[in-house]
Amino acid sequence: MTQIHVHAPGLLTTVQDLGREGFGPMGVSPSGAADPISLRVGNRLVGNAEASAALEMTLLGGTFSFPDGAVLAITGSDFSANLDGVPVELWTSLRVIPGQTLRLAHTRSGARCYLCVQGGVSVEPFLGSASTHILSGTGGFAGRALRKGDVLAIGPEAGSFRKRKLTEQAWEYLAPRKVLRVTPGPQADWFSESAQQAFYGGRYRVAEESNRMGIRLEGPLVAASFGGKMITEGVSLGAMQVPDGGLPIILFVEQQTTGGYPKIANVISADLPSLGQLRPRDEIRFELIGWEAARRLLTEQEALLASKELLAE
Amino acid sequence: MSGVRFQPASDQSLLVSFGQQITLQAHQRVTQLLQLLASEPIASIRNLHPAYCSLLIKFNPLKIGHEDLEAILHPYLDRLENVTLPEPRQVEIPVLYGGEYGPDLNNVAAMHDMKPEYVIELHASVTYRVYFLGFVPGFAYLGETPEALLTPRLPSPRRKVPAGSVGIAGTQTAIYPFATPGGWRLLGRTPVQMFRPGRNAMSLLSIGDRVRFTPVSQERFAALEQA
Repeated sequence: MTQIHVHAPGLLTTVQDLGREGFGPMGVSPSGAADPISLRVGNRLVGNAEASAALEMTLLGGTFSFPDGAVLAITGSDFSANLDGVPVELWTSLRVIPGQTLRLAHTRSGARCYLCVQGGVSVEPFLGSASTHILSGTGGFAGRALRKGDVLAIGPEAGSFRKRKLTEQAWEYLAPRKVLRVTPGPQADWFSESAQQAFYGGRYRVAEESNRMGIRLEGPLVAASFGGKMITEGVSLGAMQVPDGGLPIILFVEQQTTGGYPKIANVISADLPSLGQLRPRDEIRFELIGWEAARRLLTEQEALLASKELLAE
Repeated sequence: MSGVRFQPASDQSLLVSFGQQITLQAHQRVTQLLQLLASEPIASIRNLHPAYCSLLIKFNPLKIGHEDLEAILHPYLDRLENVTLPEPRQVEIPVLYGGEYGPDLNNVAAMHDMKPEYVIELHASVTYRVYFLGFVPGFAYLGETPEALLTPRLPSPRRKVPAGSVGIAGTQTAIYPFATPGGWRLLGRTPVQMFRPGRNAMSLLSIGDRVRFTPVSQERFAALEQA
């Protein structure tokens, strides 16, 4: 079986696929790739099924070698990847020969990149998924981020090497957004008109303490004005909870499954992958749209991901 | 069924609420709907998040919308009252109260003007119900504590509560399965693992279970921890 040898793990590198749905009644959130579009496209580039497991790197990438060679693609943000010193083109499949070393450095664009290998990264699935859930130490490779010296197995290869790349046009359409579109949260009417104005008119900065559980924001305060008592309820991916202090938190892929704070808005499904590319100190804004528009944007995005125009050979 | 409220929570989730109060009846409806959806699954539903008096339903937005899901759910809701729930399981959880494992025990006792021993006695005196599991894997919301123990959350949460910690907040009590931030007041710690991937039932507790806490000694705690 072919392998990936980890010479340097990077800041936070984990095995992720598209997550495990259906275990909310146990308090288990799906986890999965923070930027699922990059994962899906990366898998397509190397000829895998879209949901195959890959390595997700955060802010600082790692160093890897492939004793038996591999076919791989790097997608997402630009971590200045090079193969034995030769720059690697993003969003493009390439063949690595035995003995070559792949090095990634600090990001030059967004928060995360994905290393997809033909055959997928092979780990023991937990609840049907390879995704790492860091907080509970489950899934992925030994339930944790990768360390120096780890050896990961690559699954059986699906086919031969074909050079494929994401088209310019598709890349432009799928590029991560800093203006995130949202729909009203279930407690939107708990927030006064002036709070709503502050929220939609203001700019927010991504706080340092953000992680895969939640993206904390700094910016205009939007404390709920309704004096009612919130009863803990189920919370959705991308929900914008506002704790007593008035600074919103966006619940992310390793989210808590329930929460006790009012939610002013919810990031639309089509823009969730953009959250995975937000770095600390990035500035973002929110734009309110309707349910139909949210649905249309997702349908369009999925149509592009399924279309022939996505990749060029 | 009357008294049910549907509310879009996101473009891929619908919140179904049975009233705006924590009641046994609402809890029962949540549990019944959860069970009915488990035995007769709806293809476009991806996930379920139960809570005190509501169920958040995550669906595939490429397949259905909020109104479609509402229409599909109506016949389910009409049959809820006929869903019989299994006999609740009785689960005993050993707890070493006080000391370094229960750093808030003395404060809680002082707040209620009672001896720490009496706080322990009260906490271990009743049978709790698992209202739901949420927050993190295996975290069970248990109610209700005896009225005399009604205690607010800590004014600012701890950054890290050790796994196994047993805390109280309002009329609720819970065990932290993992080291997480938390604002509940900590009375003790259990050596039992609340969530273990290799185990048949990964989560020790499920919705509807009945739970009692049993005070144990340091020696017993250590022995159980080894087991």
